[in-house]
Amino acid sequence: MERGMKTFQAGSERDKQFTRRALIIGGGQVALLSTLVARMYYLQVVEADQYRTLAEENRISMRLLPPTRGNIVDRNGAELAGTRLDYRVTMVPEQVPDVERTLAYLTGHLDLDEDDLTRIVRQVNHQRSFLPVTVAENLGWADFARINVHLADLPGVHPDAGETRSYYDGEAFAHVVGYVSPVSVRDLQNNDDPLLELPGFKIGRSGIERSFDLELRGTAGSSQMEVNAYGRTIRELSRKDSQPGETVRLTIDAELQSFAHRRMGKESGGVVLMDIHTGDILAFVSAPGFDPSLFNVGISQKEWDALLSNIRKPLVNKVVAGQYPPGSTFKTVVGLAALEDGIITADDEFFCNGKMTLGKGEFHCWKRQGHGHVNLHHALEQSCDIYFYQVARRVGVEKIARMARRFGLGEVHDIHIAGQKAGLVPDEAWKLATLGESWQGGDNLNLGIGQGFLLATPLQLAVMVSRIANGGLAVSPRLVIQHGDHVEPVSAPPIGIRPENMAQIHSGMEAVMNSVHGTGYRSRILDLPFEMAGKSGSAQVRRITKAERAQGVIDNEDLEWQLRDHALFTAYAPVATPRYAVAVVVEHGGGGSTAAAPVARDLLVEAMKRFMPDDIAAARDEKART
Amino acid sequence: MSMNGPFLTRTEHRSIGGKLSEISWGLVLTVTLIACVGFGILYSVSGSFDPWADRQMVRFGFGLLLMTAVALTSLKVWFQSVYVFYGVALVLLVVVEAFGRIGMGAQRWIDLGFIQIQPSEVMKLALVLALARYYHDRTLEEARQFRHMIIPVFLILLPAGLVIHQPDLGTGLLIIMGGTAMLFLGGVKARWFIGTGLAGLVSVPVAWKVLTRYDILYQHQMNRILTFLHPEDDPLGAGYHIMQSKIALGSGGIHGKGFMQGTQAHLNFLPEKQTDFIFTMLGEEFGLIGGLVLLALYSIVFAYGIVIAMQCRHTFGRLVALGVTVTFFLYVFINIAMVMGLLPVVGVPLPLVSYGGTAMMTLMIGLGFLLNVRIHRDASLSRADTIE
Repeated sequence: MERGMKTFQAGSERDKQFTRRALIIGGGQVALLSTLVARMYYLQVVEADQYRTLAEENRISMRLLPPTRGNIVDRNGAELAGTRLDYRVTMVPEQVPDVERTLAYLTGHLDLDEDDLTRIVRQVNHQRSFLPVTVAENLGWADFARINVHLADLPGVHPDAGETRSYYDGEAFAHVVGYVSPVSVRDLQNNDDPLLELPGFKIGRSGIERSFDLELRGTAGSSQMEVNAYGRTIRELSRKDSQPGETVRLTIDAELQSFAHRRMGKESGGVVLMDIHTGDILAFVSAPGFDPSLFNVGISQKEWDALLSNIRKPLVNKVVAGQYPPGSTFKTVVGLAALEDGIITADDEFFCNGKMTLGKGEFHCWKRQGHGHVNLHHALEQSCDIYFYQVARRVGVEKIARMARRFGLGEVHDIHIAGQKAGLVPDEAWKLATLGESWQGGDNLNLGIGQGFLLATPLQLAVMVSRIANGGLAVSPRLVIQHGDHVEPVSAPPIGIRPENMAQIHSGMEAVMNSVHGTGYRSRILDLPFEMAGKSGSAQVRRITKAERAQGVIDNEDLEWQLRDHALFTAYAPVATPRYAVAVVVEHGGGGSTAAAPVARDLLVEAMKRFMPDDIAAARDEKART
Repeated sequence: MSMNGPFLTRTEHRSIGGKLSEISWGLVLTVTLIACVGFGILYSVSGSFDPWADRQMVRFGFGLLLMTAVALTSLKVWFQSVYVFYGVALVLLVVVEAFGRIGMGAQRWIDLGFIQIQPSEVMKLALVLALARYYHDRTLEEARQFRHMIIPVFLILLPAGLVIHQPDLGTGLLIIMGGTAMLFLGGVKARWFIGTGLAGLVSVPVAWKVLTRYDILYQHQMNRILTFLHPEDDPLGAGYHIMQSKIALGSGGIHGKGFMQGTQAHLNFLPEKQTDFIFTMLGEEFGLIGGLVLLALYSIVFAYGIVIAMQCRHTFGRLVALGVTVTFFLYVFINIAMVMGLLPVVGVPLPLVSYGGTAMMTLMIGLGFLLNVRIHRDASLSRADTIE
């Protein structure tokens, strides 16, 4: 074999080495292939379950199905708060390549203002980036359609038809029904209900919306979707429908409520009209109201500032959180305390010459020239201050306070509205504890005319007059009749007032309206065959100095609005068979009989017209016959 | 000589029909089966023959013709032209470096209008042929000498450097590994491999420093390596592919999810499923069993390669046969190891299964050489046959 002939000699050194090395290469291949097999075994057998789970997690996306929020309805089932279709645009930050550019683009098409942008950017920065942020809600069809057309240029922006809250006569019901607003970052931190992460989800923030938020919310359903790597839904695998929230039925009568709201006009104050037997609150108005829909979308800073800076404080629920000295409306309770204790009889008279002195102090009657000789009946009818100074001096604070509490003052009546104030029924211990001073004789006199430390909310005044009107039954106010299957109980145990004493108070209150000398005579009912009874009150919000009194007390009309007296009126009707009681507080309205009494009358008339048409007809027939 | 004489004469002058009967039909059948596995998965990818499976079938048919043509051509013709072949491949690599079209972030293609040529693929075969020829022309004693190692190493590193610079790290390393196997089979002393191996291990950290410091590696190449080392650091970025691939494979289990039932693949969690990650799709839909069947088919091909090499009676044929086999093996191993997270993602297709023309042509031509070596196992090749 020549060197040039490169065929192998079997058994040559080259042949042996090649064979050896070929086998090494082959062996290496076997070894490496075994590694692959081992790895396959590890992945597909040993770890298979774990990867199967991961594959399922990839594939299956759980989507929450938001429940429809429960309705809030009035006593007749009329919808006060409901849901309607809402076109909105949301944005998932992590899918948006350039948030700023996208927002600029959307601003051009949706006229978002500074506040909207601030809110959106804040949410984008604080929320987890895969959670959608609501860009705009309550869009018109035109805006919504325009965004849909431009979707191709807006990755991560999603048009969405959802549900939003709508309110019937929002301003009138704002303080009863309340409002909902979007979920805040803080809500998310404190709550693990997955519903809160849904775009456009709302939480009840005040009124019934707040107190019954969980009941109204309902339970979320869920839908298992198969999704691809880009998050697009391929098909639905299973579905559990959501359960809508409960319906909350209120004691409110929608039309009466709207009427009361309109009747308050531009005034500021609180009005409560109650059924004196059941405690059902038929009207509950805090004026001025506000538009609860403002909060739906996220209120703008400008609107918020306007609400906060309004001197009539539209955001304060004056019915339960406004605390006013009840003024002369409290004289009914003072009179009862005296009668029940036997300190005076209805016939006992005191002489009123317009003022009295006690120690160094001088106390005035609202009528400078005085009322002359007055008994309880006339004292209530003409609201004589001197009479009640004398009575209070004799009865003393403790007995008056006890009687006030029996009529529901100083107590929070739970009607499922947050932020209720308790008012204040002062006594000796309270004064010593809070002011560090002992109770003075002058304090008794002030308490006797419902001034001084005494404070009550319009709701408490309505309870007080209801308990008087029903002859001394401790009826409790009720705002909610029913939510879901749960019916709120009604109870009215007797307070334990002797009927003849109660009759004296009734006759005094009747005279207020129906005697020509009564402080409310000008506001009496003229257009119905029924009479009403009432008691006026004015609460000073400033101290009248001696110097001013010497020159003549300035008329309320001449004072700045904030310095005028609060006007109060408590009333019930019909006199013969009482059914409805009303308390009206008009802030800085001046005199109770001029500013508050007509409102009280109109409400009672409206209530009787609505609920007692047959009685009215019968009474008219009766009158015609006689 | 007397024993070989008539034998040689017979092989030199055989007819086409005679040569066809010498073709290893078992190997052709195995290769066809592997390709059929590919057609099946490509069908599953789109749910129809269009657009992947049908084109792949046409390519495979064309590849079979090419393979047969290469197999039947006289080995002498190839033997004489290997250095020319190598030279052309090298020129193409330089051309692609200068004018190559940018595709997939790398200059890899030459577009001739009717066909796109990937010079790095051509070079794989050209290098095997050139090194086979080089060692064929050396005695074992010469092969063991250091000075006879200089040219082969140069033949390997020159194209490897060009390819890595394209940048195609995967193919470059493939060329180096294939070439190294050729040196080993050619007879270079074992101590060189051990020495180089150890030196390599020691210099890895240093090399990494240098490569990163002077921007020799591209950012995406470094990312791939870093991602391979720590895939969980970046589950939505570069590590995403490998995580999803492992999830797809693992969730396939032993039996798989069934034909066209792979959720990872069909819901697009799996990237590049018709090309580099096609083995993952097989594993997801046919499970461990499907994967083992394919590995078995490949093993049959490798076994054929080794047997053909051992039966060959000349160094050139032996080296070509094993060189082709090793190249084929490296493709398979690197691709499967890559999709299972054992190696970094370097963009190596799975032979005969992944969708794509160039790699398929390289491999079919390579298999053509393997068959050629079998047919011409007793050919007489000498220096006299070279074009001097």
